[in-house]
Amino acid sequence: MRQLVVLSGKGGTGKTSVTAAFAHLASEGEYADKFIVADADVDAANLELVLQPQLLEEQEFKGGQVAVINQDTCAFCGECQDVCRFDAIDYTDGLYAVDPIACDGCAACVYQCSTESIAMYEQVVGKFYVSNGRYSPLYHANLYPGQDNSGKLVTLVKQRARLQALDEDRVFVIVDGPPGIGCPVISATSGADLVLIVAEPTISGVHDMHRVLQTVQHFGVQAIVCINKADVYPDGADEIESFCEVNGIQTVGRIPFDLTVTSAMVEGEPVTAFHPEAPASMAISTIWAEVLESLLEGEV
Amino acid sequence: MQIVTASGKGGTGKTTVATSLALIAAEQDSVRFLDCDVEAPNAGLFLEPVLDARKEVGILIPQVDEETCTYCGKCAEVCQFHAIAVVGKKTLVFPELCHGCGSCTLVCPENAITEHLNVMGVLEGGSTPEQIDFAQGVMNVGEPMAVPIIRELKKWIPDSSSEIEIWDAPPGASCPVVETIRGADFALLVTEPTPFGLHDLKQVAEIVKELDIPAGVVINRDGIGDSAVEAYCEDSALPILIRIPMERRIAEAIASGKLLLEAAPEYRPDFEAMLKTIVAEVSA
Repeated sequence: MRQLVVLSGKGGTGKTSVTAAFAHLASEGEYADKFIVADADVDAANLELVLQPQLLEEQEFKGGQVAVINQDTCAFCGECQDVCRFDAIDYTDGLYAVDPIACDGCAACVYQCSTESIAMYEQVVGKFYVSNGRYSPLYHANLYPGQDNSGKLVTLVKQRARLQALDEDRVFVIVDGPPGIGCPVISATSGADLVLIVAEPTISGVHDMHRVLQTVQHFGVQAIVCINKADVYPDGADEIESFCEVNGIQTVGRIPFDLTVTSAMVEGEPVTAFHPEAPASMAISTIWAEVLESLLEGEV
Repeated sequence: MQIVTASGKGGTGKTTVATSLALIAAEQDSVRFLDCDVEAPNAGLFLEPVLDARKEVGILIPQVDEETCTYCGKCAEVCQFHAIAVVGKKTLVFPELCHGCGSCTLVCPENAITEHLNVMGVLEGGSTPEQIDFAQGVMNVGEPMAVPIIRELKKWIPDSSSEIEIWDAPPGASCPVVETIRGADFALLVTEPTPFGLHDLKQVAEIVKELDIPAGVVINRDGIGDSAVEAYCEDSALPILIRIPMERRIAEAIASGKLLLEAAPEYRPDFEAMLKTIVAEVSA
């Protein structure tokens, strides 16, 4: 079983549109019914908007804990505020209270409180879902706005997808990753066999592609690159390709800027299903064939 | 006055709007710009500051003195993140799990724990050609936690005399976004009129509401997609402050590193009006 993770560094380069199209294309090929899709961008989970999932299972996701001060026993000494390094203890109108948004859940205040007036409470920070996606089983989640622990939720989504894939002898899992290079990206990359970076040939896109490439390489995972909206700034696209060539990174094609991608999103469909003959669809189809070959390389 | 740009969805134009707003504001007032997208900081590519100040930042992690440690395990007991463990006659620290809260140091009965800085990234500061006081955080590759770097960036020069501060947030709607938005006077939510844009706008609008920060919306790439963002803004009483149409020449110019107002100076009056609206709203 192989895991493909789609990343970008910069947000909005087209990860989700590409991932959704891959799911559609996979369902029309040799491995239809042999793959699973997972959405690892849990704080901006958009894949469900184009894969129209029918919910099978829903589960609360408990993240970190937050401190709560018992006002009846509080001695108003302010020790909690002194030890908190997250500026999470507010002092207003003569009372100390924990700002649950700022609280990191470290419990330092709990152990320092001389009157044992602070306790930790577990928080439900999101939801985890298993669905029948349009083309395959879909594992996805929704981290509630402003919550912590996105990395753990990403890990849960990926683990469950992987278990089903192994159980049912499926050939691969396609994972739509988050932007950036931090904890959810590291969780998404962990255990991946191949990372596809959807790069954008803009000055920001190139800068951020370098950062995500370094991150993926840091964790020893093979990366390949495709270029989205390639014709918006051809100089940037050339720069990406020559950089990849010099550094031994395979590039698997250019996707032109094509508003059909947006129209497909509005219709709630992958672009390759919405309009297979559109320039972006044709390009993504070619790229998918190459990605699939790289993904299954060495797999018996 | 602190104005934060946020979006939920990535790539909607947060940095595009923030940098041009800074340019306009700098014509009247002293401006400080903080690029809080420490995982993928891009504002400097457009504002082109000369960076002459640098500071390594991170969190304080424990260091155990084996001579005085009695392996009582109190430190491991209080650590909520399993970042310190006693195994036989050894106390192990796992820096990548540590949140730097200092709880272990506080509870150690032998005072065997000292703390040292675990560097997770750098802050860089300088000035742009327009005399914008610029600073950015850059997280080291392979580090998981952006929040400590954002926290340090925001308090790097706490008594900055700048009249207007602009904070450019990362995408998403989780803890790094909250850390950036906290304490702002106004949130400028930059979105695009598509289902993805709307879905993620709602997430970040909820954070802003929770934090009780007044907000307005910028619709970028206006004309693509559908009208659902507009309907949502109306229902939620979120004013739409500017619409920037989808134009290929703008996309091309920004791709090459130009500021929006360099590429499309005709939007200057809109930005001036937006800044006025924000200032009036905050001062009210």
